Amino acid sequence: MSVGEQYITIALFVIVGAIFPVLTIFVAGLLRKPRTPEAQKYLTYECSVLPFGPAWVQHNVEYYMYALLFVIFDVETVFLYPWAMTYRSLGLFATVEVIIFIAVLALGLAYAWKKGALEWMHGWR
Amino acid sequence: MVSVENPLIMSIIRGLIGVVAVILFLSLNVLFLTWLERKVIARIHVRYGPNRAGPYGLLQPIADMIKLLTKEDIVPEKADKLVYNLAPMAAFLFALMPAAAVGIGSGLIAADIGVGVLYIAAVSSLSTLAILMAAWGSNNKYSLLGGMRTAAQSLSYEIPLVLSMIGIVAIVGSLSTQDIVAAQSQTWFGIIPKWFIFYQPLAFIVFFAAVVAEMGRIPFDLPESESELVAGFHTEYSGMKFAMFMFAEYIHFVVGSALVVTLFLGGWHLPIISPFVENLGWIKYLVQVGIFVAKMYVIIFTLMWVRGTLTRTKVDHVLSFGWKGLLPLALANVVITGVILSI
Repeated sequence: MSVGEQYITIALFVIVGAIFPVLTIFVAGLLRKPRTPEAQKYLTYECSVLPFGPAWVQHNVEYYMYALLFVIFDVETVFLYPWAMTYRSLGLFATVEVIIFIAVLALGLAYAWKKGALEWMHGWR
Repeated sequence: MVSVENPLIMSIIRGLIGVVAVILFLSLNVLFLTWLERKVIARIHVRYGPNRAGPYGLLQPIADMIKLLTKEDIVPEKADKLVYNLAPMAAFLFALMPAAAVGIGSGLIAADIGVGVLYIAAVSSLSTLAILMAAWGSNNKYSLLGGMRTAAQSLSYEIPLVLSMIGIVAIVGSLSTQDIVAAQSQTWFGIIPKWFIFYQPLAFIVFFAAVVAEMGRIPFDLPESESELVAGFHTEYSGMKFAMFMFAEYIHFVVGSALVVTLFLGGWHLPIISPFVENLGWIKYLVQVGIFVAKMYVIIFTLMWVRGTLTRTKVDHVLSFGWKGLLPLALANVVITGVILSI
């Protein structure tokens, strides 16, 4: 099988994966018992009391720092893959370079750690 | 017989067979798993578990399915209807996609793409998006909290997960899951298998912990901690949409376990037996799938055991463990592997 053919399969996975749940939910809609509407049924669940305002309010997402760190580290990780694939032909020199690269990364992690970016709710202390 | 000349049509037919085979394999495993999980957990709790529908309660998944199919579908009035309805479908799609590149036997793989492992890592992280959609679309405070936690958790464990695979990629020199399993076929003295768990024990620990966190299972089941967030992101879902989330979750379970087996436990290779069936035609494939599924269920059982034993960890502990424990270990593993391979 050629490479292109494999990606056709991936595309088919996306298509079938998108259609399958739509179809299942549609069929379930045909099978289920008729709706018995009642106002209370369509309320948002909040421990059986009347919901107190919407959930879409401004609130403090304390851990946005993790997202920032994730962006940094995930990109670095992807950079390591080409090295891992070809390290045989690159030899010792590339390995030393990768170790320096990881050392810089580890320094960044140590800095973030020291600064308290890895603490949950660091703003509250 | 109709002779098909067009190579495009042929590859589409092959692809469709692959998709159907994967969905069938996953569905059967998911059906069985819903029963197995309840039974195992019940036994750990010294209960009987499902034992009414059929022998040993084996027909329980069928009964559950019929119930879920006929349940009334309630959409909360205040929900964001579009996002709310799209989320279960997205959850299923993103759970199914990584399964394309996981093989259960030599050649028994839907799409043996060259970037296999990287593809799996990339698309499996998409499922966070589905959970966030559900959490936001429901307009429920518990769901939103659960969704936010999920985002933080998946992001944190994505990095150790991807980093811990680098050592294996460096040893094999390929990202294809088929090549990775083929590289583990040899043995020492004919009995001790050359699996990557022995070459990369540190990576195995990191990968295993990270994959459990990505699956969202105890001890990392914060996305849907039922006792504090009343099931988190799928609180507001009922009927078939709820079933889609459950389906997606168990697909993650199966695919995650299959990935552990593929990367670290030699896939469909077993010493003594594997060389024996090498030239037996179709029996070879049968034995390979049998070995693979057996190994997969060892991992699955271990995870159920963990669920029956451990408690849920606190959010801050989960994130600290990821960033301060697994990430440095994964980085160290890359350095150690690089140094040893270069010498």
